[in-house]
Amino acid sequence: MDQTTDMARRSRLPIRARLATTVGGAAATVSRLAGRGDGSVIGGVIGLRLEPGLLSLLAQGRQVVLVTGTNGKTTTTRLITAALGALGQEIASNAFGANMEAGLTSALSRAPDATLAVLEVDEKYIPAMLEATAARVVVLLNLSRDQMDRAAEIWMLARRWRAALAAAPGCRVVANADDPLVAWAAGEARQVTWVGAGQRWRDDSWCCPHCGSHLLRDGDDWRCGECSNRRPPVSWVLTGDQVIDPMGRARRLDLALPGRANRANAVVALAVADAFGVSTAQALRELRNVTSVAGRYTQVSRRGCEIRLLLAKNPAGWLEALDVLAPPPVPVLLSVNAQGPDGRDTSWLWDVDYRRLRERPVFVDGERKMDLAVRLEADEVPFQLVSGIDEAVGLARAPHLEVLANYTAFQQYRAVLGRAV
Amino acid sequence: MGYGYPGYAGRGLRLVWIYPDLLSTYGDRGNLLVLERRARLRGIPVDVTLVNSDQRVPPDGDIYLMGGGEDLPQILATRRLRADGGLGAAVHRGAVLFAVCAGYQMIGREFGGAEGQPMEGLGLLDIRSGRGERRGVGEVVADVDPALNVPRLTGFENHQGVTSLGPGAKPLARVLTGVGNGDGTEGAYAGRVLGTYLHGPALVRNPGLADLLLTWAAGPLQPLVPAAEELALRLRGERLAAVGS
Repeated sequence: MDQTTDMARRSRLPIRARLATTVGGAAATVSRLAGRGDGSVIGGVIGLRLEPGLLSLLAQGRQVVLVTGTNGKTTTTRLITAALGALGQEIASNAFGANMEAGLTSALSRAPDATLAVLEVDEKYIPAMLEATAARVVVLLNLSRDQMDRAAEIWMLARRWRAALAAAPGCRVVANADDPLVAWAAGEARQVTWVGAGQRWRDDSWCCPHCGSHLLRDGDDWRCGECSNRRPPVSWVLTGDQVIDPMGRARRLDLALPGRANRANAVVALAVADAFGVSTAQALRELRNVTSVAGRYTQVSRRGCEIRLLLAKNPAGWLEALDVLAPPPVPVLLSVNAQGPDGRDTSWLWDVDYRRLRERPVFVDGERKMDLAVRLEADEVPFQLVSGIDEAVGLARAPHLEVLANYTAFQQYRAVLGRAV
Repeated sequence: MGYGYPGYAGRGLRLVWIYPDLLSTYGDRGNLLVLERRARLRGIPVDVTLVNSDQRVPPDGDIYLMGGGEDLPQILATRRLRADGGLGAAVHRGAVLFAVCAGYQMIGREFGGAEGQPMEGLGLLDIRSGRGERRGVGEVVADVDPALNVPRLTGFENHQGVTSLGPGAKPLARVLTGVGNGDGTEGAYAGRVLGTYLHGPALVRNPGLADLLLTWAAGPLQPLVPAAEELALRLRGERLAAVGS
């Protein structure tokens, strides 16, 4: 980083904010060196304590993209950052998923010269972060049940998004038209780019968010049987492995990242790139180079076994992740925890349909492995309980192992396999 | 299949899940799967019916299940169930009704609406619910009314409701850990209608409660072979130990 421009930007900040970014940055470095984390939150926490308005000050003069939704935030943030890379400018981003105020603040203070910022935001914080950053673009991916012991309920969240976006006329919303809750939340925004990104998980959107009547569905199309609420006309569409742009041109995506959900995330990223003047052809070249995201989809070798790590945190995420698994007889290791970031309630396991795991070896691990064991028993899926990834590798005696874990379980495996993952 | 329970010869035990499209927020399917499994393990044939909110509620079910939901779906579901009338008719005929969380509040005389205002419930259980000061979120442990002969309850609650019981309902349990109804009791029952704040898959960790509902519907049950419930009992023991009760 060029130190003079760094100084120049900082010198535009009020003195307290300047001190706050410097002290916060020092704390982040200490945190990294001490091996306590990647330093993506601690700096922001300290900075905000010294200057509560720090995020607004740091966001001034930058073009900010906020990315939210229940699933795919981290990956989509990474894809948008990659696509905007075609502009050749430095981009600030909270690439490791620290998505509350402190994480956003750290990301911006670490990149004082970046005129662009792509930031993932926790669903609850969108109204506050939209106000603080005066974002140019807000991306709404999807909304489904997730960690309800700590998150607000989703109809309520959709209502808050709707009010916040209606109050931000200068902001462009890029929203998934195939998710009725998302479409309703974006429904009063002034400028919307609608994307037909699909929706695998539908158990949270059988009813109209506007009037509560049963929605009529036909493929990806949906409309309310009672009121005028219906799927908005889309300008970007994912169909199979192809994206169709607003001019009606179809292109193959050919991503390195696996799965339908990531193709949907990529189409959203292309729509955002287009809003910044990056051509689809240029953006696609960048997207195809993304092979893993914060450890997700990473392949590692362990005792002669090729392990692939997949993260899924809630029923919609598990549904998409089960689609991504290599076909049987490749064995699968499932791991579930219920620490704070996972949600302390494991009820969601009963919203996932595990029956398609019946035809392959299944290993079950994690701090809440008994919850998962009882769940698999009810779906008549044979399995073995294990303690740790090495026991699964030993028992599997296979060249490949697919690993699917929720948040802290995934981080524990990453720690075992080394931070390189 | 079909042996041992003459009452079900030629006809399965009919489980009816009410409005999974509106009232299924927290893994409520678990209750259906547990009842189905424990009935089948005893050779009782089972028919499962899912009734969406745009469909009629069949009046000839044996066990009706109601799950959790947010404020707005709770109000909509109540309005539709009142207009439909099928559930009320079934309960008056003696069918079993098991309702959790939002469903528990709905089957009472009154519950708190989106802004806390009183809403008229289905009146199938003599309870009244309102909105409390703060949300009860976390593990629950409660000792069940000895008359029901069901082991200690373990589960998870996540609600802001406060429920008081009228003379026509009895508390299901006494709270050892957690909030429950808000007065030291948890849940309520009368006849074959039973409700609880243990949300979502409440029967998973409480196979004794599942068997109580099956007994109400199908008469005395054969015991299960130990291997069939070993995992559920291990999970149960683990959760009770984790809460320290």
